[in-house]
Amino acid sequence: MLDADYKNDVLTVFLNGEIDHDRAADIRCAIDGRINTLRPKKLELDFSKVSFMDSSGIGLIMGRYRAVGLVGGVLKIKNIPDNLTRIIELSGVTSLGVL
Amino acid sequence: MKSINEMHIKFPSKSLNEGFARSVVSAFVMELDPTIAELADIKTAVSEAVTNCIVHGYRREAGVVYIDAYIYEDKLVVLKIRDKGVGIEDIKEAMKPLFTTAADEERAGLGFAVMQSFMDKVKVRSAVGKGTTVTLEKKIVPTR
Repeated sequence: MLDADYKNDVLTVFLNGEIDHDRAADIRCAIDGRINTLRPKKLELDFSKVSFMDSSGIGLIMGRYRAVGLVGGVLKIKNIPDNLTRIIELSGVTSLGVL
Repeated sequence: MKSINEMHIKFPSKSLNEGFARSVVSAFVMELDPTIAELADIKTAVSEAVTNCIVHGYRREAGVVYIDAYIYEDKLVVLKIRDKGVGIEDIKEAMKPLFTTAADEERAGLGFAVMQSFMDKVKVRSAVGKGTTVTLEKKIVPTR
């Protein structure tokens, strides 16, 4: 289960726990369902409660960048815990302007 | 070189076992007193390698993933993560960042790049139709 907030055209999704290949598909479906119903101008992914993430999380970020782009919105990622900064920097997703 | 400790596990190639594999390996290396960052590096690399076995080696079909873990002197950790799946035709190509054969599943193509960046050494041996073994090495820095 993912908590989410929606106000002023901004959809904020609070990710949690361990993000790996096993969980990525469910998270993707949950977020994309909300993107397609709400068509937000901005999607914010909040990582503060994420304890672990491998490159499946990077695929998830890149995929949501595209998904929200298709409805005319932008993606931001925020509250990245220290233990995730390395993989995020390595992936180059920061060059998409999502920070 | 004789190992100080070792551990061998095998489990079905189900994605829910990715978390199990990370936890087991992290418990195994605990005796070396790794930092939180070192432990996170190892867990992430194991997660990438095991996911590769499941997604690519076995193409999501039923198979067995093997982990052989060793601790050597000077806090050297060696992990062999192996499948008996389809194998990799061109290892060089497969290891290139952003190369993926599973783009439709939103695989970022960063598995090997992450393993290389988070571990000291990564070796890949593969034979088409026989399977793939990824060997990961990392030295835990002695307590400061």
